[in-house]
Amino acid sequence: MPTPNTVPLQLERALQLLAHSGQEPPPGDPGSAGWMQALIDALVELSSRDALTGLANRRAFELALAREIDRVARSGEPALLLVLDIDHFKRVNDSWGHNAGDQVIKAVAHALIDSVRPMDLVARVGGEEFAIILPNCASAFGETVAERVRRRVERTPVQIGLGQQVSVSVSVGGAFAPQWVRSTPALWVERADQQLYRAKSEGRNLVQLEPTAVSVVSSEERRLLFETFQIQDHE
Amino acid sequence: MTAPALTTLPSSKIIAVTSGKGGVGKTFVAANLAAALARAGRKVLVLDADLGLANLDVVLNLFPKITLHDVFTGKHGLPDALLRAPGGFWVLLAGSGMVEYSRMTGEIRDQFQKVINEVEPRFDHVLLDTGAGISDVVLYTVSLAGEVLVVVTPEPTSLTDAYATIKVLATTQGRRKISLLVNQTRKLGEGRAVRQQLQQVIDRYVNPTLDSPVRLELVGEIPADAAVRECVQRRTLMLEALPGAPASIAMVAVATRMLPA
Repeated sequence: MPTPNTVPLQLERALQLLAHSGQEPPPGDPGSAGWMQALIDALVELSSRDALTGLANRRAFELALAREIDRVARSGEPALLLVLDIDHFKRVNDSWGHNAGDQVIKAVAHALIDSVRPMDLVARVGGEEFAIILPNCASAFGETVAERVRRRVERTPVQIGLGQQVSVSVSVGGAFAPQWVRSTPALWVERADQQLYRAKSEGRNLVQLEPTAVSVVSSEERRLLFETFQIQDHE
Repeated sequence: MTAPALTTLPSSKIIAVTSGKGGVGKTFVAANLAAALARAGRKVLVLDADLGLANLDVVLNLFPKITLHDVFTGKHGLPDALLRAPGGFWVLLAGSGMVEYSRMTGEIRDQFQKVINEVEPRFDHVLLDTGAGISDVVLYTVSLAGEVLVVVTPEPTSLTDAYATIKVLATTQGRRKISLLVNQTRKLGEGRAVRQQLQQVIDRYVNPTLDSPVRLELVGEIPADAAVRECVQRRTLMLEALPGAPASIAMVAVATRMLPA
């Protein structure tokens, strides 16, 4: 095994990168194990974030998606994937310039973060494309959640310059992970993408979720189902 | 997407074993029921229809060389993939390559139907060990069977999921007769209580929406038995290893009920 000191470590660029992205240098004695770990952690964090919005980037998203599929296959908990695309984004860029485009993307990113739970993962997966992974989201709530996200963006005006505002909208497609089944991230994304395509072709600023079988059990049904079982349990 | 309604009624020698919730002993039931039927001189096939998380091979401790995956891809003919299991029945295992089929496409549908058509004339009974849940794959594989056997345990989550499954099968596939097997019962008669409970909720909430009512038929109850756990952990077939265990005796009784009079 080579000793760690045979090759001089070149950490200046890493530190520059951190400083440039507005992060504090790692705490502790430079070169110590703790310091190195903190530096690695900071770089890992940096490489999983989108530079413009601070959201998870595509790499982090794909990792999270694979993990979620494994979890759903094992636990059977429902999970929803939403894919979103800013409507007519090209028009913003064309008529107001790329700076304005960046402002729009940042504002949409904020609106998305604000409209979901802290446990949900919001990612920027392409130029004007976003995705949200919602673990443990019951199919009965899917429509409501997706609609809330869409409406939040619609109602958030974006400042693109001195006194200038634009409003944008998103089209949203969604699909639930097949419960108990080990699917693949690609298939899940494809199903959500198909719904996004539907939302786009049916007029934009819309939510389309893949239909699920009517398997909802209401609380009344549940109550009747367990009535005598509770009695038996106490025997 | 839900599976389409049945256009032609599939043969009743094909029985889908399904459950809603995972981990209630679906594969255990399919394997031991097949063994019990085989003991009665029937030619039985268990088809591992859990394309996503197949574990029939794990339960039976088999290491298949040729699987359904090879049949689907055309690498091997169906007869090559049929494997004799301990217990005297036959199995057709999915294999791990089936992960990519965890979503039902038209092509997979056709492949599956072809396999069913090919095995049907060769066996007296074909048990489809389906995946858990109510995914499109599960609904499709169930739609290929003439009869549905729902495995349920007397606990709230299993009961809820079994109920949801029955509801979906009644509304999307027009199922009106569904067999129920209550696994892991803690006392005699609990199976009947579970059936009663499910039937009561169906009568109240499902049947009023249908043209004709859904009826649950209890085919048996398998008592919670330490022998079952032991066999699962040792990966041996209970009916072979411990034929005198209460759970084995109950399984034979279920098989007897399924035999033609």
